Amino acid sequence: MEGVQMHLISKEMLEKMPSMEKLRMILDNVKEGKIVVLETGLTPEEEAKLIEMTMLEIDHENFIGIEVESYPVKERSVFSKLFGKPKGRLTVIGPANRLKTLEKQADVIKALVQV
Amino acid sequence: MGLMLAIRKRFGFILKLFFKKDKMRIGIYGPPNAGKTTLANRILRDWTGDVIGSPSDVPHETRRAKLREGVKIEVDGKSLTIDIVDTPGLATKIDFHEFLKYGMDEEEAKRRAKEATEGVIEAIKWLDDLDGVLLVMDATEDPFTQVNVTIVGNMEARNLPLLIVANKIDLPNASPARIKSAFPQHPVVPISALKGINIDSLYKAMAERFG
Repeated sequence: MEGVQMHLISKEMLEKMPSMEKLRMILDNVKEGKIVVLETGLTPEEEAKLIEMTMLEIDHENFIGIEVESYPVKERSVFSKLFGKPKGRLTVIGPANRLKTLEKQADVIKALVQV
Repeated sequence: MGLMLAIRKRFGFILKLFFKKDKMRIGIYGPPNAGKTTLANRILRDWTGDVIGSPSDVPHETRRAKLREGVKIEVDGKSLTIDIVDTPGLATKIDFHEFLKYGMDEEEAKRRAKEATEGVIEAIKWLDDLDGVLLVMDATEDPFTQVNVTIVGNMEARNLPLLIVANKIDLPNASPARIKSAFPQHPVVPISALKGINIDSLYKAMAERFG
């Protein structure tokens, strides 16, 4: 059966992984053409680091970058700003030549995956 | 070092309440072709008579961050001195084929694409050295792009002031309201940097937000 492989990573597994290990795992899978779904997503700092790492690995032939689908982070209270960690929401990451955003709203994301 | 940075990020906004800086370093961010350089030029032309770079229809025209120091803005008796950083457009993908559409040969397109990737990295690095951000969005486009979400998220995580600029309102299908509803927690100023429409409201908002 032909298709696109998807990796669905649980919140528990993501919480155990250090940031760099998480980002490396995402990028390695995406470069192999897989779609990665993260139950809790990435922090804003991790998202920025992922973009930075992606730029370093674009080779202009086989890998042209990533497509990331995630919702905006909800507004945080003063208490959580001081003592909490910003938490990402469900995030889908795939190779830019396979995953395309169709429509994005505050709580709904529609995307197209090319086989 | 890492601990100090973490403390600065978390509690920096409290310190800012008591210790105001004489000069704010403001980054102009956004996706490619949102009008960042056009806005930077508009601000500089209005307050210094100068420009910072050449805008273009070709994406990733700005591939190196440009800094202009000591721009003094005066609104309603309030004075604000800022350093302006015009950053390269942020993107999660860069395909050299896109540049071929603008008449470049393959070699030139690949060179531009490589420079564009370096520009994105530079723009991200600048986030650590700013006091505030003007996030420029094309009001004719869908605001829910990953780039916009990432910049907003990073500014919130750093507790730094953010002003969203809904640019290109001179175009018929512009919808600043769509941007306002996408990011309701942040002030949005609709403008046309190219035509100078509503630019005084932007300066007023900048003085309030960054002053």
